[in-house]
Amino acid sequence: MTGAAHEEPTSFLRKYVFSLDHKVIAKQYLFTAISMALVGGLLAYVMRMQLASPGQEVPGYGMVSPAGYNTLMTMHGTIMIFWVAMPLLLAALGNFLIPLMIGAGDMAFPRLNRLSYWTFLLSTVVLISSFFVPGGAAAGGWTTYPPLSGSAALSGGAWGVTLWILAVALEFAAFLMGGINFITTAVNMRAPGMKLFDMPLMVWMQVAASVIFLFSVGPLIAGAVMLLLDRTAGTGFYNPATGGDPILFQHLFWFFGHPEVYVILLPGFGVIAEILPVFSRKPIFGYRMIVYSTIITGILSFMVWAHHQFVAGIDPRLATPFSITTILISVPIAVTTFAFIATLWRGSIEFKTPMLFALGMLGVFLLGGVTGIHNGTPAVDIYVHDTYFVVAHFHYALIPPVFFSFLAAIYFWYPKMFGRMMNEVMGKLHFWLTITFVNVTFLPMFPLGLMGHQRRISNPNFFEALRTPEVERLHDIATIGAIGLLLSQIPFLINFVWSLFRGREAGPNPWRATTLEWATTSPPGHGNFEVAPRVYRGPYEYSVPGRDEDWLPQNVSG
Amino acid sequence: MSEPQPALASSQPLVPSGILAMVLFIATEILFFAGLISAFLVLRAEALVWPPLSQPRLPVALTGVNTFVLLASGWTVHRALVSVRGGGGGLVQWLGATALLGALFLGVQGFEWVRLVGFGLTTSSSLYGATFYTLVGAHGLHVLAALVALLVTWRRAAAGRYTPAEHVGLDVCRIYWLFVVAVWPILYVLVYLV
Repeated sequence: MTGAAHEEPTSFLRKYVFSLDHKVIAKQYLFTAISMALVGGLLAYVMRMQLASPGQEVPGYGMVSPAGYNTLMTMHGTIMIFWVAMPLLLAALGNFLIPLMIGAGDMAFPRLNRLSYWTFLLSTVVLISSFFVPGGAAAGGWTTYPPLSGSAALSGGAWGVTLWILAVALEFAAFLMGGINFITTAVNMRAPGMKLFDMPLMVWMQVAASVIFLFSVGPLIAGAVMLLLDRTAGTGFYNPATGGDPILFQHLFWFFGHPEVYVILLPGFGVIAEILPVFSRKPIFGYRMIVYSTIITGILSFMVWAHHQFVAGIDPRLATPFSITTILISVPIAVTTFAFIATLWRGSIEFKTPMLFALGMLGVFLLGGVTGIHNGTPAVDIYVHDTYFVVAHFHYALIPPVFFSFLAAIYFWYPKMFGRMMNEVMGKLHFWLTITFVNVTFLPMFPLGLMGHQRRISNPNFFEALRTPEVERLHDIATIGAIGLLLSQIPFLINFVWSLFRGREAGPNPWRATTLEWATTSPPGHGNFEVAPRVYRGPYEYSVPGRDEDWLPQNVSG
Repeated sequence: MSEPQPALASSQPLVPSGILAMVLFIATEILFFAGLISAFLVLRAEALVWPPLSQPRLPVALTGVNTFVLLASGWTVHRALVSVRGGGGGLVQWLGATALLGALFLGVQGFEWVRLVGFGLTTSSSLYGATFYTLVGAHGLHVLAALVALLVTWRRAAAGRYTPAEHVGLDVCRIYWLFVVAVWPILYVLVYLV
C-alpha cells in the first residue's frame, strides 16, 4: 500500500495512459482541465453575446432561450470551479511539484494517484454527457439551491441535476484521494534534511488547501446526498411542504463553498511565493509569517460561510458575527500580500513572463479582495446581493489564482515539465492582452451591479429599469472584453505547442532557482532524481553574501 | 535514467503513510456524518411534532442489543491486532469473529428495515422516515464497505501476510472498523433514544 518505488514502465500504455508517475498524472490533469477551460470559456462567450445583443442569434450557437441561459451559466460556473480551477491549481500543479520540491521519487500512493485521475476523467465524461440528456444539463446555478434543484420539474428535466450531483460526487472522490495523497507525501516523503520549515511555500499551500478541502467537503456531500434523495427517493429534506428546510442546503453548501475559495486561492499564492524570489533575486519576505497566515486563513475560512446568506432569511443576529469573521480573514490574506510586495523591495527585478503574471495576479486580486470586504458587510451586501457587483467581485477574486497564477506557473515550470523554454515575446504579448481584457470584461460589471442589474438573467430588456443606454453600453464593453480575452489565449496555445518542439533547450535550472525541482534534469526522468538529494537549508537563498553566484540551492552543501 | 529510486523518505516516518492516510480519510468521514447529523437536528428542531403521530416507532430494544453486537466487534478487531503483535495465533479467528459480528449487525438492521417499511415508514412517508433511512442507511453502507475491507484483510491474514513487525494494512483496516463502530452509538442515541 505504501512506498513510492515502482518499476519504470516500458509500454506506451503504461507510460503515458495508465501511468503511476506523478508527472504524467499531473499532465493528464493539466490537459483535461485546459480542455474544460475551453468549454467553460465558450459557454461564457455565448452568455456575453446574448447579454450584449439580447434575443439575437449568437454566432456558432444560435438563439439563447431563458432556460438555455440558465444551463449556460450553471455549467460555466460548475466547469470553471470544479473542472478547471481545482484540477489545474491542486491536481496538476500539486501532483507535478510536491514530490519534486520535497525531493521524493513519487507520491506516497502512486496507485491511488492513478485512480484519482481516472475517477476525475469519469466525472468529466458524466458532466459533459449531461449536455446531451433529455431536458439538458443542470440549470440551477453552480450552487444548485433547492427547492428548485430538488424537483425535476423545476430544474430543467429529470437528468440534468442528477447527473450534475453524480459528476460532482465523483470529482470530489478524485480530489479526496488526491488531497490525502498530497498531505501524506509532504509529511512522510521529504528528502533527508528537509524540515517542515524548509519546505517551499508552494508545498505548504498545497497541503493547507488539501486539509481545508478534506475538512469542508464532508458536509457538502451530506447535503448533496439529501438533495439526490429528494430528487429520486421522494424525501423532502429541502421542501417546506413536507417540513423540510431549503436554507439547510445553503448552510451545508457554503460550509464547503467558502473554504473552497481558499482551496483555490492558496495554491495560487503558492505559485506567487515561488516566482517572486526567483525574479527579484531575494529571499521571500517573512516565510514563517506567510505559513502562519495561511494556517489562520484556513481556520477562519470555516467560520465565514453564512456571509453568502445575509438575505436568505437567516437570523439577522447571525449576520454580525459572520461579517466580523469575513472582514477578519482579510487580515492574514493582507499579511501574505504585503509579504509578497516586501519581497520585491530593492530586489533585482526581472520582468520575465512568469513574473509579469505573478505581479498581475497580485494587482487584479487586490480588487477582488477589497470588494470582498464590501460584500462581507451586511449593509452593503443587502444592496448588491445577487447583482453584477457580486459577479464582478468573484471574478476578480478567482481569475487571479485560476488564470494569472496558473499561467505564471505554466510559464515558470514549463521548462521543467517539457524540457524546453516558452517564447518570451509571445508570453509578454499574452500577458498584456490578458490583463487588459480581464479588466475590460469585468470592470463594467461593478457599475452594472450598482445600477441594480441582477445576475443570472438571460435578457436585461425583460426589466424596464435595465432598458437604458448605460446598461447596454456596459454590456457591450464587457462582451468585447470577453471575446478579446478568449482570443488573447491564442498566442498562449500557439506558444505552448510550438515550444514543445521548437523551444530552446532549458537545461536543469534555467531560472537559476534554489528549490529541489531545479536540481534534476528537465524533464525529470522516472524516479525524479538520479542521486537522492539531501537538503541543507531553506528554499529561498538568493543574493547570499560572500558567494560568487547569487543563489544557493537547497541541496548544495557548504 | 538510472535504476528506479527506492522510496526516498528521510527516516522512519512517525506515522506510517497508510495510517496517516486513513486518519485523514476518517476526518473527512467525521465531517460527513457531522453534516448529516446537524441536518437531522435542524429538521427535527423545526418540526412541530417529533416523531409524527402517524408513523411507527423505532425498535429501540432490538437495536440496543444490536448496538452491543457492533461494539463487541470493536473489541474483537482490537484482539486481532493484539494477536498479530504478540506473534501467536488467533489473528485469523479474531478477524473472522469481527466479520461475523459485523454481518450479524447488518442482518438485524436489514430485518428491522423490512419490518419498518411494512409498517409504513418509508423515505417518502415523512421527514422522520427520510432522516431515519438516510442516517442509518449511510452508516449501514459504511459498515458494508468496512466489512468488504475486513474480508480482504482476513484473506491476507489467512495467507500469512501480517507479521509482528509489519502489519500496517491490518492496522489501517482496524482503524476504519473502529470508526464505523464508534459512529453507531452516537446515531443510536440521537435517532432512537432522544
